[in-house]
Amino acid sequence: MSFFVETFIGGLLAGVMYSLVAIGFVLIYKASGVFNFAQGSMVLCAGLTFVTMRDRGIDFWLAGLITLTIMVAIAIAVERVVLRPLVNRPQITLFMATLGLSFVIEGIAQIAMGASVHELDLGIVDTPITVGEVQVSQFDLVAAATAGVLVIALSIFFNWTRVGIALRAIADDPLAARSIGIRLQTLWQIVWGVAGFVSLVAGLLWGARQGVQFALTLVVLKALPVLIIGGFTSITGAIVGGLIVGASDSLAEIYLGSLLGGSVSTWFSYVLAVGFLLVRPTGLFGDAPIERI
Amino acid sequence: MSIRKQKRITSRAIGLAALVLSLAVGATASAEDAKTQYFPLATFRVGAYASSGIPVWAGEIDYFRYINEVEGGINGIKLVWDECETNWEVEKGIECYERVKAGKNGSPVPIFLPHGDPISKALTEKSVADKIPLVTIAYGRTEAIDGRVFPYSFPVVFSFWSEASSAVNFIAEKVGGKDKLKGLKIATVYHDSPYGKETQVPLAHLAKTYGFEDIQIPVPHPGNEQSAQWAKIRQLKPDWVFLRGWGVMTPVAIKTAAKVGFPVDHIIGGIWSGSEEDVRPAGAVGKGYLAITPFPAGANFEIHQKLKKHILDKGLSDLKDPKSFGSVYYNSGVDEAIVAVEAIRTAQAHFGVRPINGEEAQWGLEHLDLSEKRLAEIGATGLQQPLKLSAKDHEGGGAGKVLQWDGEKWNVVSNGWVKSDRELLLPLIYERAAAYARERGITPRDATN
Repeated sequence: MSFFVETFIGGLLAGVMYSLVAIGFVLIYKASGVFNFAQGSMVLCAGLTFVTMRDRGIDFWLAGLITLTIMVAIAIAVERVVLRPLVNRPQITLFMATLGLSFVIEGIAQIAMGASVHELDLGIVDTPITVGEVQVSQFDLVAAATAGVLVIALSIFFNWTRVGIALRAIADDPLAARSIGIRLQTLWQIVWGVAGFVSLVAGLLWGARQGVQFALTLVVLKALPVLIIGGFTSITGAIVGGLIVGASDSLAEIYLGSLLGGSVSTWFSYVLAVGFLLVRPTGLFGDAPIERI
Repeated sequence: MSIRKQKRITSRAIGLAALVLSLAVGATASAEDAKTQYFPLATFRVGAYASSGIPVWAGEIDYFRYINEVEGGINGIKLVWDECETNWEVEKGIECYERVKAGKNGSPVPIFLPHGDPISKALTEKSVADKIPLVTIAYGRTEAIDGRVFPYSFPVVFSFWSEASSAVNFIAEKVGGKDKLKGLKIATVYHDSPYGKETQVPLAHLAKTYGFEDIQIPVPHPGNEQSAQWAKIRQLKPDWVFLRGWGVMTPVAIKTAAKVGFPVDHIIGGIWSGSEEDVRPAGAVGKGYLAITPFPAGANFEIHQKLKKHILDKGLSDLKDPKSFGSVYYNSGVDEAIVAVEAIRTAQAHFGVRPINGEEAQWGLEHLDLSEKRLAEIGATGLQQPLKLSAKDHEGGGAGKVLQWDGEKWNVVSNGWVKSDRELLLPLIYERAAAYARERGITPRDATN
């Protein structure tokens, strides 16, 4: 039984790591209805920038600040160069633009900062905590706490600030929002900037876990089922979706892996996501679009 | 048909024939005039695996430059090379091969270095048709050791089967002999891909022979989340873990092992889990981690002193990060270049001093004899193991050294080269090669020629 509990908890904590990446997608989708394919590249770019600063002897917090500034600058550039010219174009056009953007960000990041693998030490102790017979990773607990703080902060931002309320208005009806004087461009820059901040947090935690390297872009592979299950428009959904994906992947790998030839976790969460699509297309917490016909 | 029309057709036919003949003569003259030996390099300087590849090409190119600068080429035939980017993707690798296989400026391709296990497997049959040897050091199809069935595939030095066997023999060395392997549990945590699965057959055979328990645990690509796999390790309590990763899988495995309290000095990484790039991202918990490799790290080999003096210090190196000089990957590039150059040298001794084509290079490879003496002349004693290839044996070496990470660098901890049980495994390899031949309708060559 303790093995089951340990696997389950390990899976939940791994799922929180996926949620961190999924939150970045949710932010941009909420504000613009665009599935930002470049989110993984932003995670790589943030992690690589931070670790390059650190390697040059820059203080931890200053390196964080410089990275955040660069991510905000990228956000402004993306809005100016990519999104603004494509306003009122079909969603698929914007999606394709983010696809291209991902290659541009990856390429520039590697040209500017190299392709080497970097160690990233955040100073978080990674020895396991033992409760009874169950071991829990301290690092994963810190990551879960960080995700919790991020969700609370973003919920306050979206629900209690003028900017957040304006963003929700844009998400609900961009034309109506613009007609009452909400500046779409500025808000897009803000939301991409916040997504850049979330990328930085995800990049640091994933980078500390696996090293800062190109493979950081691959963490988004698991963000898609998280979003389908949790809903594309809900930050809470990203967290719950992450927990479901993490736990189900871990349990499936252990208990079904040997029966089905191994590597079940590659596809299990996608099967689960397809199941959700059939039963609840908007995910657990997603907004169902209601349109007047 | 009128006589005039007939004359016109005849004169056009003669003209066409003359044109074809002149082109053919021109091409022959061009090939004969070529004074350089061309080496196309399939590289991946961008993408997910770039960090692994960049030091490899540096080692390879530095050695080629050394041959040109110091020795004036191979017996006076200078080496030229260019790169084509594969991104470590099969389709790009094949496209690259097709683009370069005809050679360059009349200089033929003697050897193609695919630099990627899936790419090498995809090119197996094309290389036979084109008569261009594929040299795949420490990767590629293991049964290609049997050159009677795979005349143009050369998994030289250290196949995956030898890797697995040497790792088991190192464990035997640590526990006090092969008889002490009985009852041990050895878990292989592997990248769930054809590469990762390649050692399942030899390990099952070795487990049966020596009486240890063989546990196989797959990790899905890319391997950035392994909590379930290591929870299983904690449950099964193996004595040793053999880690066969690639890319991000290795540091994540080391870190996750530490999380579940598995001792890192009882994890033996495979060839592609045993570089600085694999262990550095794991940070402090990587201290004590072991890895088996045919490319021992270090910059104190004689050849490195020569490379430093003639290439690095003169600013001719391809290496961007000087810290990588003597790293596992850099040394793998040097090893690969040594094998290629010596194969050309062997072929030249037989066919004459001139640029060598693929068919001749195949002969050169099958007669390659890198003895201790020759390795000492090159300055590669300790870096490269002695190697003797034949039509029946495209591997030749089959031994690795075990390295241990001390937090800063690798140190050799095995008693020299740890040999694999090749005598035990070769019959199985030949059986698999024969099965491949039957399946594809290939008539094996006569190895006595």
